[in-house]
Amino acid sequence: MTRSGVIGTLVWAVLVAIAAWVVARAHYTTDLSAFLPRSPTQTQRLLVDQLRDGLASRLIIVAIEGADSATRARVSAAVAQQLRSDRQFAAISNGETAGAERDREFLFKNRYLLSETVTPQRFTVAGLQDAIQDTIDLLASPAGMLVKDLLPHDPTGEIVQVVGQVSGGGAPRTADGVWVSGDGKRALIVAQTRALGSDTDGQQRAVEAIRGAFAQATGPTPGVTLLMSGPGVFAVNSRANIIKEVTRLSILSTVIIVALLLGVYRSLTALVLGLVPVASGAVAGIAAVALGVGVVHGITLGFGVTLIGEAVDYSIYLFIQSQQRGDGWLRSVWPTIRLGMLTSVCGFASLLPSGFAGLAQLGLYSIAGLVAAALVTRFVLPHWLPRNFAIRDVSPVGVVVSRLLQRVRGAPVMAVVLSMIAGAVLYLHRDSLWNRELSGLSPVSLADQDLDAQLRVDIHAPDVRYMAVVTALNQESALEIAEKIGAKLDPLIDANVIGGFDSPAHYLPSAATQRERQNSIPPTSELRDRLQKAVEGMPVRAERLEPFLTDVEAARTQPLLSRKDLDNTSLASGFDALLMHGRTGWIALLPLRASPQHPSYIDDRPIRKAVEEAAPGHAILLDVKGEADTLYSTYLSEAVRLSLAGFAAIVILLLVTLRSPMRVIRVVTPLALAVLVVAGGFALAGRQLTILHVIGMLLIVAVGSNYALFFDRRAEDAHPGSVPLTLASLIVANVATVISFGILAFSTVPVLSALGSTVAPGALLALIFSALLARHVPVPMVSG
Amino acid sequence: MGSKRGLAVILATLAATAHAAASSQDLDQLMALLAQRQHGHVSFTEEHFLAVLDRPVKSSGELFYDAPDRLEKRTLKPKPETLVLQHGVITAQRGHHTYTLNLSDYPQIVPLIDSIRATLAGDRASLEHLFKVTFDGTVEQWTLLLQPSDTAVAKSVKQIRIEGTRDAIHTVEIQQADGDRSLLTIGPEVAQ
Repeated sequence: MTRSGVIGTLVWAVLVAIAAWVVARAHYTTDLSAFLPRSPTQTQRLLVDQLRDGLASRLIIVAIEGADSATRARVSAAVAQQLRSDRQFAAISNGETAGAERDREFLFKNRYLLSETVTPQRFTVAGLQDAIQDTIDLLASPAGMLVKDLLPHDPTGEIVQVVGQVSGGGAPRTADGVWVSGDGKRALIVAQTRALGSDTDGQQRAVEAIRGAFAQATGPTPGVTLLMSGPGVFAVNSRANIIKEVTRLSILSTVIIVALLLGVYRSLTALVLGLVPVASGAVAGIAAVALGVGVVHGITLGFGVTLIGEAVDYSIYLFIQSQQRGDGWLRSVWPTIRLGMLTSVCGFASLLPSGFAGLAQLGLYSIAGLVAAALVTRFVLPHWLPRNFAIRDVSPVGVVVSRLLQRVRGAPVMAVVLSMIAGAVLYLHRDSLWNRELSGLSPVSLADQDLDAQLRVDIHAPDVRYMAVVTALNQESALEIAEKIGAKLDPLIDANVIGGFDSPAHYLPSAATQRERQNSIPPTSELRDRLQKAVEGMPVRAERLEPFLTDVEAARTQPLLSRKDLDNTSLASGFDALLMHGRTGWIALLPLRASPQHPSYIDDRPIRKAVEEAAPGHAILLDVKGEADTLYSTYLSEAVRLSLAGFAAIVILLLVTLRSPMRVIRVVTPLALAVLVVAGGFALAGRQLTILHVIGMLLIVAVGSNYALFFDRRAEDAHPGSVPLTLASLIVANVATVISFGILAFSTVPVLSALGSTVAPGALLALIFSALLARHVPVPMVSG
Repeated sequence: MGSKRGLAVILATLAATAHAAASSQDLDQLMALLAQRQHGHVSFTEEHFLAVLDRPVKSSGELFYDAPDRLEKRTLKPKPETLVLQHGVITAQRGHHTYTLNLSDYPQIVPLIDSIRATLAGDRASLEHLFKVTFDGTVEQWTLLLQPSDTAVAKSVKQIRIEGTRDAIHTVEIQQADGDRSLLTIGPEVAQ
């Protein structure tokens, strides 16, 4: 080994050791929010926070199927009982009335502080008259039985008002004492975890606890099955899936490529040496991400599979093409590899500024990996080749292909026709080309999404599209603003603009409001006089209502309610879902329900006006779905812009190196054509393009540029003797790339399958087009 | 003596069994008749006699029934109110406000609702699940006496008495354990 060889090997060994140490100590994550965009505006940050950690993210819907209704109810009750004693869960609801008694007691005891109808007007003679008449009317309905005993204490029916305030939109159907689905075939439990939605470990423990409780509850009962859904469940399943997939894909990809290379080289030494740049690149890539980003994402590791495909190309070029040229390799082949590597780096670099943390990470990983693999191929590998290093002569493959290529006539015409067809297809599908909804990126399979939607309908979870969002410095002012907004929204219920809304102030009014309600209660003697006058001519005598006077007087002087008074009632979780401590203060949410007259439509203009007038600067109306889609659209156009920038960078790099606009056009045309045809193929197949396909197209250009450059070089080359070998090496390299991306295309992780299904056909087409459009195909000198 | 009394007891038992068998058959026949009815639209008046009030509360309106379990009570006087019972959930609309009551949350009112629902549906199994059912009269002119079989329910409802002719219910009288009582009188079918 030469001196430079020794130095190169030493440097390599030290760097690999350091990188391996970093890799071993790195932090790994599978949190899918890395593939949620970083959000620029405050509204959008709020939205992403809600998606990640809001109450909705902490709900797990559990469904019990099979056997008969009574068995399901028994299992539901047993599971709920077990989970209620588990500290991991903040609340377990399955429709059983346990705990409802405590809620009612709390609401009844504090009704005069909680009820929105408690105003000075309520206690005038006319106000009392109206309220008592209402209550008497209510006695004539089936619900009358529930309130008749309360009449002496609550003739104005405050408890009815208060129960209405906190009961929100509706409840699931019940059978055998527990919640069931609309068709009655499933028993339902809603579990609220303490762990945040983004805490996948915590969610996993919760999911396991539910499985355990179910197994214990069913015991030997046959035919009962458990279904679970919710963001936490998705996160847990996706993580398990990613780990499984990454392992499976890496092994599969490695096995196939090893088999391919063994078949080509017929040399174990060559195989082992050929994998050195790949392994070095993978280690360098992971180390770069660990150092640059802090955590390495599972999907990045999965993506690493593709690096095998591209990095192995370098050693393929070295082994095959150095066969004839010997040391001339450095002068003639290396510059082309270097340029190909640099164009790839340009392409991947455009991922770095991406708003998706996950994509930026893929970019960094690929750049570090490719640079490392190329450097190892250049400075280390040649010194390691044994003196008598030889691989099977693959030039016959090149000769055959070369002859085939020569038979093809009219390639430029075909290219023009093909691009016109692809262009026409894209034009015809221009309206449906892009998936502009965030759900297009969802890592959750369609079947799981369907189950989730079905269970959500079953539990009557409102599909909250609009909510007023209040931000305030402290809890008290958040509640005060929520009350102001509530006052503006109430008339919209009467006007049928909305059906209703939830507010944290329905559960716990601000201290100011509670005091105001206390102050609106007149002293007992005064109230007794007014009551006497109010009930004149009514079927109830004032003397019977003495308990009312006692209760009201107690309310007038009772201590004000605070959050801790809600403890031990189910109201606590309802309240906490709507009022929380956010990043910069307190956030109150007021979700809106559509009017029953038009259940699928809300006119947001009057609501927006009401919300913004009620608390200028402190509240906004958030259109959850609209905002999410806008956010995604922004990132889609960002991705397109970044990709175009990456493409431009590649063109500039080529212009600078090749110093000939014609040659640049010759290199770029087959790549552009490949991208066009792949996009046209997606449109024809009815698959909508997402941000990930855009990235995939960028990769087609990055990977394909290697092929185009070799054909360009060959066209410029004065020594056409290496033509069959060049062709053979390109074919082997291309097969390796297509295999590794092709395997990704079959992944069930959407991020990986979108990239794989774009790049695999794209890389193949890039090679074919590059070959066909090469300026002239010289006649190879066939030996023998 | 002893044997005579024994015989009397046996005879009485036999007679009671025979009677029970006959009434059970009649009850089946009545239930089948009621079950055939898919829709109903009738007027009603209702009076509640409550100890807490000095005078009875009267209300009136219309009842709608769709087999097997949708019941709508549209009260017109004294104050418009609509109650819909479906799938065990009562939705009440008073003024601009809609309230929902999950029947399972209020076991004490389940028998009040289910007595009428199950009778309308001819659902003998449901009725007998909740009540001890005594049939009296003939299918032409019948009385059902329902007594809660659940002791917890019996604490609030003493008995329910439903009278009717063939597949038409005429009155439903509910006696509560505390002495309060209500009488629902059902008018003829409302012409469409």
